[in-house]
Amino acid sequence: MRWVQDNTDKIGDLLLSHLWLSIVPIVLGFAIALPIGWFASRHPRAKGLLLSIAGVLYTIPSLAFFLILPGIIGTGFLSPLNVVVALTVYAVAIMVRSATDAFESVSPAVLDAATAAGFAPAGRAFLVELPLAGPVLLAGLRVVAVSTVSLVSVGALIGVNNLGSLFTEGYRTDNDAEILTGVVAIVAIALLLDALIVLAGRILLPWNRGARTRSRHPASPSVSFVQRLRGART
Amino acid sequence: MSVVSDTIDWLADSAHWSGDDGVPHRLVQHLGYTCLTVAIAAAIAIPIGLWIGHTGRLRGLAVVSSGALRALPTLGVLTYASLFTGIGIKAAIFTLVLLAIPPLLAGAYSGLESVDRRTIDAARAMGMTELQILTKAEIPLGLPIIIGGLRSATLQVVATATVAAYIPGPGGLGRYLIDGLATNDYPQVVAGSIVVIALALALDGIFVLLQRLALRNRPVTVRTAA
Repeated sequence: MRWVQDNTDKIGDLLLSHLWLSIVPIVLGFAIALPIGWFASRHPRAKGLLLSIAGVLYTIPSLAFFLILPGIIGTGFLSPLNVVVALTVYAVAIMVRSATDAFESVSPAVLDAATAAGFAPAGRAFLVELPLAGPVLLAGLRVVAVSTVSLVSVGALIGVNNLGSLFTEGYRTDNDAEILTGVVAIVAIALLLDALIVLAGRILLPWNRGARTRSRHPASPSVSFVQRLRGART
Repeated sequence: MSVVSDTIDWLADSAHWSGDDGVPHRLVQHLGYTCLTVAIAAAIAIPIGLWIGHTGRLRGLAVVSSGALRALPTLGVLTYASLFTGIGIKAAIFTLVLLAIPPLLAGAYSGLESVDRRTIDAARAMGMTELQILTKAEIPLGLPIIIGGLRSATLQVVATATVAAYIPGPGGLGRYLIDGLATNDYPQVVAGSIVVIALALALDGIFVLLQRLALRNRPVTVRTAA
């Protein structure tokens, strides 16, 4: 505790950059994956290809990815941009799969009804499909958020400052309090972002409140299972 | 684009393909760590996962605890553990095992949960013992998902073993990345990264084949039901 009290400024700075490095990839990844997932749910042939590409990208080890990106996108080796781009790619890779599942979970009968009720294709996509796909999209976003927050810390190895820097510095200086502070802070941010997403879901998708019990039912393991498996990344 | 040609030169240099620092030796080391930690984690997690999946007990606890394990930043656990174990491989093995447990556990119980209740009821009605139901119905039918857990665990360990090279002691492919960063030897960093990525993709491919094989060898009942 003494160490935390003596270093609040430093922890605060690292916390802010950690948040920044996490939130940008989470938001970008979600925004990019949404239309791709929607397209994949419409086109079964493209779906196989798109999900395979996502799977292959997700396989790349993060440290290797951070280090190989400068050669591909022409950034500096120490640029935070490498971390942001790599984490965005991972976020897209997880989210495309969730988004595809999400849009496929919408009943075709509902879509026909919406068309019959006079919705134009674009209006139907935004006003009918998106809200109904919401619960599964949200579940995917939670996985993306937690894994991104945890992965940012690997960036400390390539010299990008964030809470992971407390690990590398604490290791060098033999300071276990510093490392522990970093672990607790990162877990706290992950849980906080997760809680915020759940809260946003309650507000934006009020009809979804009763649905959680259903997903716990053993008879419907597929979607939640994929998300559990895709949960962590290093 | 000198990085590209430098990397190609590095990979083409025969000096980098022999001895203790050579690619083959470190590749085998890396695979060795991966197999060892996944085996330890599987020995712990799969029996527990099968028990949870078969009995349905403690499921909530398993979901929550594997979720909590996932929020833990691996680099933090690694550096923290290494302060207590000293230089060497113990901290790395401990961290990698901890990391591999959640996907293995989730794969085992989700695999059993994916089996149609009616199939299990039928097996019970035919007079199978609980052990027979587990080994002859639930495990074969849930095998593709159980292998999926194994796939996910293995890939995470391969990836994290590179990060674990931050602690002196473990060799493996991560050494090229960490040492190269320390000495500004970018061709070595990029070449090492390419070898790691190739290894991850190759292992993933093997697991895809295993999953297909498991799917094909499932008992006939599923194929007609599905």
